[in-house]
Amino acid sequence: MNTLTLWFHKFGSPPIFHRLAGLLMPWLYGLAVLGGLLAMYGGLFVAPADYQQSDAYRIIFVHVPCAWMSLFAYVFMAVNAFIALVWRIKISEVLAMASAPIGAIFTAITLATGSIWGKPMWGTWWTWDARLTSELVLLFLFLGVIGLYNAIEDRRQAARAAGFLALVGIVNVPIVHFSVSWWNTLHQGSTVRLLGPSRIDSSMLWPLLLMALAAHLWFFASVLARARSSTLELEAGKDWAREIAMKTGAGHE
Amino acid sequence: MNEIFAMGGYGAYVWSSFAIFVFALLIDYVAPRLRYRKTIAHLQGRYRRQKNRQEKAP
Repeated sequence: MNTLTLWFHKFGSPPIFHRLAGLLMPWLYGLAVLGGLLAMYGGLFVAPADYQQSDAYRIIFVHVPCAWMSLFAYVFMAVNAFIALVWRIKISEVLAMASAPIGAIFTAITLATGSIWGKPMWGTWWTWDARLTSELVLLFLFLGVIGLYNAIEDRRQAARAAGFLALVGIVNVPIVHFSVSWWNTLHQGSTVRLLGPSRIDSSMLWPLLLMALAAHLWFFASVLARARSSTLELEAGKDWAREIAMKTGAGHE
Repeated sequence: MNEIFAMGGYGAYVWSSFAIFVFALLIDYVAPRLRYRKTIAHLQGRYRRQKNRQEKAP
């Protein structure tokens, strides 16, 4: 076995994963909250008002990081689903299914805050344009994966079926991303670009990027929190699961 | 202070967006915690039943 496979088997082993996740989670949650609060302060109070949108543009500081996270969560879910389907790695199944609910939450926040932003700027809560519709499809894909996973009794079979749906749905990810350049839409184009200069002042950029970083940390904390329950459930017959369950007092973790 | 809440007349939009964001993530924080507790309680019940069955067996 090469190093990567060895590494995968070591950290992919459920008891080690469970323990590592438990150690990492408080740090991820803590840093996410710290970064998120700082970014909110920067976005709400430090960054100046926009010359066109006045203070309404401040919705960007929650809307855009959540939109990025909705795509990131989907890609993370699909990659893990792929690994789970091809190499049958238990932890990948667990991670793929754990990222669906948090992805759905970020997508829902994106749609809700986008709608709230649309009302004063476009004069409508909702319009069936390419960006909005494809993001709504993304929400339905997440809900479909969650629904399918919960509809099948056997957890591993359920994860495989839902993982397959997640893989098929990945075609929607580039559609969401490029919708603003492929179609003429009401939604504005990208503000922050990886290639080329961003079309935003640095006083507005740092809270946005910090919030994005915090959202990523939150995502991983949340995925690990869900995955810990799943590993215990999947391995209920094993000694390590028994040990942890019997050691844990009522109401503690 | 009032200026901060007013947000140039867009206060309701801006603050409700941030409130939705915080509230949704709060739910996302609580949900896995409740599930973990439930999982532990479920497993404890299962192991206890197993133990009882083994003790009763002749």
